[in-house]
Amino acid sequence: MNETMMIAGMAFVTFGIRYVMFAMAGRIRFALWFKQALGYVPPVVLSAIIAPLILMPQGYIDLSLANPYFWAALVAAGVGFWRQHLLTTIVVGLVCFVLLKWTMM
Amino acid sequence: MPSSKFTEFINGAKATIPMIIGAIPFGIIFGTLAEPSGLSIWGAMAMSLFVYAGSSQFIAVGLLATGAGPVIIIATTFVVNLRHLLYATALVGKVSHLSQGWRALLAFGLTDESFAVVNSRYLGRTDTIYAHWFFLGSIVAMYSNWQLCTWLGIGLGELFPNMTNWGLDFAMSVTFLGIIIPYLRNKPMWLAVISAAAFAIVLQDLPNQLGLVIAALSGICIGYASQQIEVRIRLHKATSDVIKATSGVIKSTSANKGSHKP
Repeated sequence: MNETMMIAGMAFVTFGIRYVMFAMAGRIRFALWFKQALGYVPPVVLSAIIAPLILMPQGYIDLSLANPYFWAALVAAGVGFWRQHLLTTIVVGLVCFVLLKWTMM
Repeated sequence: MPSSKFTEFINGAKATIPMIIGAIPFGIIFGTLAEPSGLSIWGAMAMSLFVYAGSSQFIAVGLLATGAGPVIIIATTFVVNLRHLLYATALVGKVSHLSQGWRALLAFGLTDESFAVVNSRYLGRTDTIYAHWFFLGSIVAMYSNWQLCTWLGIGLGELFPNMTNWGLDFAMSVTFLGIIIPYLRNKPMWLAVISAAAFAIVLQDLPNQLGLVIAALSGICIGYASQQIEVRIRLHKATSDVIKATSGVIKSTSANKGSHKP
């Protein structure tokens, strides 16, 4: 029951955000400051999500060689800035992660 | 000659193929993570069918695993998906002539991936009579793949219950990392992203991922504020440059006047 409510709520807010502009067909205009602030939302939210996952996978900050999340992310970021290609970044990061994890086992 | 509805539809689906390749591991991993985090098989499938928003589905699963309630999960979904408002604002001029039913359908499928593909279809083109079919083609391709991958992931999760220990959650981290990189083109964006990461780490122990929401809001404020400061500094520099230049012109003209020979 809780689960149905949760999914219905998530579906409602997600569709609402995506539909409101289309529904009003340009009759809504946002203030410039709001639009500019909105531009920061995607990278900032994603960064706040992944930072703890990468830097503290065991619950404390771990930049040692025993943390494959950190090193694989570092390599992936390097490749990302160099190639500017999403799929390459993901594949290199994943391969690096698996290799690091295996060498540690 | 404008291309037909069918050609547009197929082209939309084709243009989405690179995005689909990126989404395959993403969808499968979502499926495998669902059950260990306490979501039922049907719940996981329903989320992909009705919410259809990859990153917020991941976050919901992560929150569920920490024992967060539905209100917190829905509120976080709202914050995380606010970026779609930007996409809709960019495309609204292209769809405002369509019926409300069409607009609702296209809005439902307005993901990061379809937006990227559809936006480049509209850019600088005038032959857009049937371009909404291109939009629909992209959505249908992306949506069916997402359902298939979720279902596959659920199956794999059942077969290999310890798959979550393989560290595959790193796939989500690296995908998000890849999405962040193109944004990092100026100082305010760097500041915003780094401060959000720092806040998220410092506030990690707050209950219900409250740290995530505070970190995101702080990052947005810091980014926006530093953008304003940068604009002021540039404006100040530009005005002082203009003053210098004009005073130089005045000096040289007065000097010219002095040495002016009749």
